[in-house]
Amino acid sequence: MAKILMKGNEAIGEGAVRAGCRYFFGYPITPQSELPHYLAKRMPEVGGLYLQAESEVASINMVFGAAGTGARVMTSSSGPGISLMQEGISYLAGAELPCVIVNMIRGGPGLGNIAPAQSDYFQATKGGGHGDYRLIVLAPASVQEIIDLMQDAFDLSDKYRNPVMLMGDGVLGQMMEPVEIGDQKPFELPEKPWAVTGRLRGKEKRLINSLYIVPENCEVHNFKLEKKYTGIKEAEQRWEEYRTEGAEMVMVAFGTSARICKSVVDRCREEGLPVGLLRPITLWPFPEKGIVRLVDSVKSFLTVEMNMGQMVEDVRLSVNGKRPVHFYGRVGGMIPVARDVYTEVKKIFNGGVA
Amino acid sequence: MKKVFERPKSLKDMPFHYCPGCTHGIAHRLVAEVIDELQVFEKAIAVAPVGCSVFCYEYFDCDAYQASHGRAPAVATGIKRVLPDRVVFTYQGDGDLAAIGTGEIVHSAARGENFTVIFINNAIYAMTGGQMAPTTLLGQKTTTTPFGRDHKLNGSPVRMSEMLSVLDGTAYAARVSLHNPANVTRAKKAIKKAFEVQIAGLGFSIVEVLSSCPTNWGLPPLKALKWLEDNMLPYYPLGEFKKPAEVI
Amino acid sequence: MHEGILIAGFGGQGVLSTGQLLAYSGMVEGKHVAWIPSYGPEMRGGTANCGVTIADSPISSPVVSEPTVLIAMNRPSLEKFEKVVVPGGIIFVNSSLINIKATRADVRTFYIPANDMAEEIGSSKVANNIILGALLELTRVVTTGAVEKSLYEVLPPHHHKMIPINLKALEVGAGLVRE
Repeated sequence: MAKILMKGNEAIGEGAVRAGCRYFFGYPITPQSELPHYLAKRMPEVGGLYLQAESEVASINMVFGAAGTGARVMTSSSGPGISLMQEGISYLAGAELPCVIVNMIRGGPGLGNIAPAQSDYFQATKGGGHGDYRLIVLAPASVQEIIDLMQDAFDLSDKYRNPVMLMGDGVLGQMMEPVEIGDQKPFELPEKPWAVTGRLRGKEKRLINSLYIVPENCEVHNFKLEKKYTGIKEAEQRWEEYRTEGAEMVMVAFGTSARICKSVVDRCREEGLPVGLLRPITLWPFPEKGIVRLVDSVKSFLTVEMNMGQMVEDVRLSVNGKRPVHFYGRVGGMIPVARDVYTEVKKIFNGGVA
Repeated sequence: MKKVFERPKSLKDMPFHYCPGCTHGIAHRLVAEVIDELQVFEKAIAVAPVGCSVFCYEYFDCDAYQASHGRAPAVATGIKRVLPDRVVFTYQGDGDLAAIGTGEIVHSAARGENFTVIFINNAIYAMTGGQMAPTTLLGQKTTTTPFGRDHKLNGSPVRMSEMLSVLDGTAYAARVSLHNPANVTRAKKAIKKAFEVQIAGLGFSIVEVLSSCPTNWGLPPLKALKWLEDNMLPYYPLGEFKKPAEVI
Repeated sequence: MHEGILIAGFGGQGVLSTGQLLAYSGMVEGKHVAWIPSYGPEMRGGTANCGVTIADSPISSPVVSEPTVLIAMNRPSLEKFEKVVVPGGIIFVNSSLINIKATRADVRTFYIPANDMAEEIGSSKVANNIILGALLELTRVVTTGAVEKSLYEVLPPHHHKMIPINLKALEVGAGLVRE
């Protein structure tokens, strides 16, 4: 099959279209602009709609409206815009509406900068908005994986009636890699017997709602959501293991930092250092099972992130004190340099001596 | 005996939670009657706000959404863009529409979104305990303007219908009042026109409905209606600020 | 084979598109490729650079932090990136615009007056391809045939008339470094 060279941000758009998404509502922000540019052209070609909203607050609520009708819909932004969307994301989770939200993370906090970062891990996986809820969070590490995961993102969001967030950064968004997209497969969207489309279809009234004014009822709703989240945790943990056979140390990294760690693993292995990589593909649910599988056979873990240490907390929870978990991070839009990560690995192997 | 008056089909048979003398009930009824008369019940989708009328999704018997505070026009945009042949309306109070949701209402109008907005202006935040609204009159006492609204501190009340009427995307903008039977009849006419504008696909339509809030104004129901007439009408003139030639 | 090529210059010098052409050519030859840009907030006239990785095996990291080849199209690029080139690597210096010498002794450095030579053959727009030609000749990272094929793919049809001069530039560049 012929390959084409594609930017990550464009791949998000094409992946969405191929997954049957026909509605995009968004507000411009760097570094994800190629995505709206792409969809503004592409959506009309497939009879879809690209609509530029007046703010991220409006975008996410347009998504809420469209999702409630049963349509496949998405929005995208970067840190500051995703922060503005948090109320709407909480409503989407509360009302159990499927949709896909893309966050191409930039350096923060505040206005920060437009350089790549992974500092929105907490926001995506631990809440961000108010109330007890979870997003399914996917973290691709290549342009091909972006295309593939966009399909999964829409499928998972429909399957669980839950918003899904795809997290990348400026590196993934702007890099070009060859991708195989093949021919558009015919798709059939799942039945949505809850969708609000007017009462033309039959007798019962339908409602999209997250208000449960009676505490007893709201508790029941929360229990129901929790049951769903438990099921997702059980069924949907995904990760990639890279050269973990016989590894004494396993690095844990996602997205762009995982790509850098892969090159570090290669260098270490060439030099006879038994190092491997576990790359979470789902950030929530965190691939606890992958860590647990390795914890007895490895001596230590090193988490590498483009933040001050966020995912490392989940790694530590999964390791549960059985092994030391080290951390190396670059922040503010700085990307870890393979050489420096390698030095860090060597230091740990040498008992803390550089 | 011939039945001359009955509950509109679009209004569910259940008691409202509104306070005695509140005019939300009248506004609900007018909207429901219009939906019945235009025979669009099956196509109708209501978007409820946050505020006293948060539960209007229970009362309107059509399909419905409950939106976050101020965002009903964005939610309605999402619905209508997917289902352009449905009849979509938001029902919003003055805090929802004229304060926190100003961006959404202005830009929905600017885009000419083809849905209808029922805007209840009672010059106060009622659900949260009688605080100042953007529509609170100068000198009016509320729990957050205990000495009366002072324009130096709080600015002046916002006339939303006039403001929205200057936007090209707005096809219909009118202000009506519910303080007496004659005005209730006029209010219904305006609401019907607004829905007709939407059904004809002409663009954004809004009806601002001056309403009373006896509880938070601290007045008995009849005096509240009189207060509305004496105080709100001079500041908020009634009438149609914009209407398309095609329908009216 | 694993080449990490860093191309750097002013915005508007076409360094991003030169990198894309190279990546595309690698893909045409069935190699593993990645292209990654980095540029300042200025849309035009700021510094621009991109990294291109071309390899026989899957590319672990697309970030070119230790390039095997540096193409410096202007002086700030040379000053900024000279130090990160791997020992034994190659530095191409666009001597039309850079009036200083590289300081590294452990790399091979080629001074190519790319803008002047491009003018000589008829268009200053093909300066990058003069250096690209030299790069191909020295590294064989992709074939000239693959670049030619890619030019037809990446250039819009109304620019196809520019292809002959682009190929000429590659040839001239290659001739410069041919033993």
